[in-house]
Amino acid sequence: MNAGAVVLAAVQVTAMAILSPLLVGLMRQVRARLEGRVGAGVLQPWRDLRKLFAKESLQADGTSWVMAVGPVVLVASSALVCVLVPLVGTVAFPFVPDDLFVMVSVLLLGTVALALVGLDSGSAFGGMGSSRHMTIAALVEPTVLVSVYALSIPVGSSALSAIVHGRLVDPASVAAPVSLLALVALFVAVVAETGRMPVDNPSTHLELTMIHEAMVLESSGRDLAWLELGSWMRLGALLGLVASLLAPWGIASSVTLVTLVVGVLALVVKLAVLGSALAAGEVFLAKLRLFRVPELLAGSFVLAFVAVSASYLVVQG
Amino acid sequence: MPASVFAQLVGLSAGVLLLTSVLLVWKRSLIAAARLLAVQGFALAALVAVIGVNDHDSQLIAVAGLVLVLKGFVLPWVLDRSRVRTGAVREETPLLNTTAALLALSLLTMLAYLVSQPLRVLVPGPTTAAVPVGISLVLYGFLLLTTRRHAISQLVGFLVLDNGIATVAFLTSGGVPFVVELGASLDVLLVVLILRVLTSRMTAKFGGADLDELMELRD
Repeated sequence: MNAGAVVLAAVQVTAMAILSPLLVGLMRQVRARLEGRVGAGVLQPWRDLRKLFAKESLQADGTSWVMAVGPVVLVASSALVCVLVPLVGTVAFPFVPDDLFVMVSVLLLGTVALALVGLDSGSAFGGMGSSRHMTIAALVEPTVLVSVYALSIPVGSSALSAIVHGRLVDPASVAAPVSLLALVALFVAVVAETGRMPVDNPSTHLELTMIHEAMVLESSGRDLAWLELGSWMRLGALLGLVASLLAPWGIASSVTLVTLVVGVLALVVKLAVLGSALAAGEVFLAKLRLFRVPELLAGSFVLAFVAVSASYLVVQG
Repeated sequence: MPASVFAQLVGLSAGVLLLTSVLLVWKRSLIAAARLLAVQGFALAALVAVIGVNDHDSQLIAVAGLVLVLKGFVLPWVLDRSRVRTGAVREETPLLNTTAALLALSLLTMLAYLVSQPLRVLVPGPTTAAVPVGISLVLYGFLLLTTRRHAISQLVGFLVLDNGIATVAFLTSGGVPFVVELGASLDVLLVVLILRVLTSRMTAKFGGADLDELMELRD
């Protein structure tokens, strides 16, 4: 058993569990300030979570055990994603592959759990949200796969830690045209997957336009807290993946106290910068019509596909 | 020029060519089309210049200058002028919606890679490795020509097709003689000018530049 990998995994999960509500708080705060509001402060998501965890969870008549199990599965899958994505360091478990395909399937597990929670209560809005969520997920997963696959070709391995390590060793590969194309495609996919602005409005109060919010409408108390924490950790991990690929600096390639502290600090800085940029960008965007979302995702898929073609061109050239 | 730098530069300009053509299919705005075509012209000129510098071929560098002036400045400008004259801003009703067109693009790219496989095996090197990009451009051009109905969009498709042919020519044979290139370029310019006259005539006659208006012969 590789002790370093265990320590690193524990650090990554703990860091993301603590940081992701702060990240969401920061994004809301940036948005509020840009819109001329005072904002509730960066700590507000943590206050909400504390409040929700103290409450019992009420369930509507006719709901099944899915309502109780779904949040746990979502949080577990998000935590596993946090372990698999090289956020703080690139030391991988020898027996659990941090493979690209493993990460995408774990992500999909969380997506399905969330969609089932939305369906289970039997309300119209929940079902609608789940249906939209699955539609978008079906369009997003290929893009995530293909774009990271494009980045994996120069390294010759589909393990995420190997890809990030390769970019850490050879910084010139970050600015290569192929890698930029793939990163743009991946970013669009991450924005769609985590329900951010042009695809889903996270601060909406209109049930008819909701995607993510509609699925958690019927949950309350502890269950809601777990659902929110799971979704936030997922957002944090995916943004962290983009950050690690875009700016691999500061990521630990061996586990010592110093490298871990540097890695966590670098993660905090990268997430803060990326989150603020995303939130600032969202202010200028209007939500896309649902029927135009496939257009956006098809575009990002083609970009990723072109990146794969072009990276074969560079490798053979 | 070191071999790795040469491969990187060829890869970069081929990447820009491919990216701009994807965006040309994605965006239906005719204003964006002229700008993207200009960027594509710059990328093609850069590709020719890189090959010329690598082969120490002064004639090819002169051709690069010609390509830059014609495809980077003149043709996009002519296109934009005729757009202003017809008053059109967007391709309103293409035969294929954007999502389907984009998915068709990925299939066409794959086809281009399959078709050019023998060529890449024959002479392995950075230039032949980029040949599929040229063939993709040709196929994208045909796609634009067959699915767009506005006369200006047809012109865009024609120019993408021509850029693709030029890319393949420069990548495989290290360019054609200067006189031939000059002749081909003038041909393209002439075609674009004729189509421009045709477009303005259509606008004057029918009040629009939708080619479906030309389905019936009238006296």
